[in-house]
Amino acid sequence: MIQIQNLHFGYRKKKIFTGLSLKLEAGHIYGLLGKNGTGKSTLLRNMAGLLFPKEGNVSVLGFNPAKRQPAFLRDIFMVPEEFFMPDMPVDYLVKYTAPFYPKFNEEQFNRYVTEFDIPRSNSMQQMSYGQKKKVLISFGLACNTSVLLMDEPTNGLDIMSKSQFRKVIAGCLDENKCIVISTHQVKDLESLIDRVTIIDEGRILFDQTVDNITRKLSFHVSYDIDEIKQALYREPSLRGSAVITRNTQGDESKMDLELLYKAIVLNGNAIESVFNA
Amino acid sequence: MQFRESQAIYLQIADYVCEKILLKEWKVEERIPSVRELAVQLEVNPNTVMRTYEFLQQQEIIYNQRGIGYFVSPPALKNAQSYRRNDFVEKDLPQVFRTMFLLGMDPEELKPRFEKYKKQNFA
Repeated sequence: MIQIQNLHFGYRKKKIFTGLSLKLEAGHIYGLLGKNGTGKSTLLRNMAGLLFPKEGNVSVLGFNPAKRQPAFLRDIFMVPEEFFMPDMPVDYLVKYTAPFYPKFNEEQFNRYVTEFDIPRSNSMQQMSYGQKKKVLISFGLACNTSVLLMDEPTNGLDIMSKSQFRKVIAGCLDENKCIVISTHQVKDLESLIDRVTIIDEGRILFDQTVDNITRKLSFHVSYDIDEIKQALYREPSLRGSAVITRNTQGDESKMDLELLYKAIVLNGNAIESVFNA
Repeated sequence: MQFRESQAIYLQIADYVCEKILLKEWKVEERIPSVRELAVQLEVNPNTVMRTYEFLQQQEIIYNQRGIGYFVSPPALKNAQSYRRNDFVEKDLPQVFRTMFLLGMDPEELKPRFEKYKKQNFA
């Protein structure tokens, strides 16, 4: 559904991507992780046709995003981290922008707006950042595009809304949709994503399904000094040490995304060797 | 639902379904929530629930009627019980035994407590 080959991109002299390749398929929710400034948002913008590659190929839904063809634009939606909402009531937003998206479903939009507890009558300029964001998320989901890109969607959402967000995303994934969520709030999305993609220093550092991760790695608390010493990654905790080891028992444990991320950034080679074996 | 335990989420969801069946909230031959319904309720990826349902089908705890949905299979009670029992004996019991040993407790001490618990909660 999305194919990126040998992508090079930079802002003026600052190089961001130096030969990044990635393939994303329909039916999955991808969690895009990486340090600040590694280019998560830049990558999403290259997919959406908002930035153009210096070199390499980006293909989304069979289109070249940079050409911004209407047939492409009507089937992709991006919820950016920073956005502008015009000074008009929610109903006008629907009236003026929904016609660009043929699969937009107003009933669905109204349901999300109610579930997110967004005041309908207010002009959007009177809304808080979180409320505006919820309008944008509701709108983006109701467009039912095949590709949905979200940059830090849970930033600014209150506790109830985060839970609501997970429900809404869980309910809208189907086998024809590809959802990409970039985030630092790993705890918000841990149970929602089924594929983890980590970018670092201009390329893809790690890209695995959660199923594959829990099959090959074990996340647990260990008291065994030898095991802790040999662990792929360890961190002292209140009782014992939180460790990542090779999964040799066949039992699958719950992935701790924060621990995995740290392990990959700090001890990437060891983790990689488990997946390449 | 909070996923605090160390087990993979799809297995925790399997435990959840087994519990509903063992408590007879979901009865034999009744339709259970669809993959999407359960994913929304538990705030998890639908692919994860799909994996749970595939796993439970292998265990003959639920079955799929194409185009209609998933149902509690006739031997579900027996199968759910034996699946959960194995799991309990292998994973939970060693922890309990360890604590009992540390505290110098005898299994006999547990019996009256267990009877009292059953009376209070499931009578």
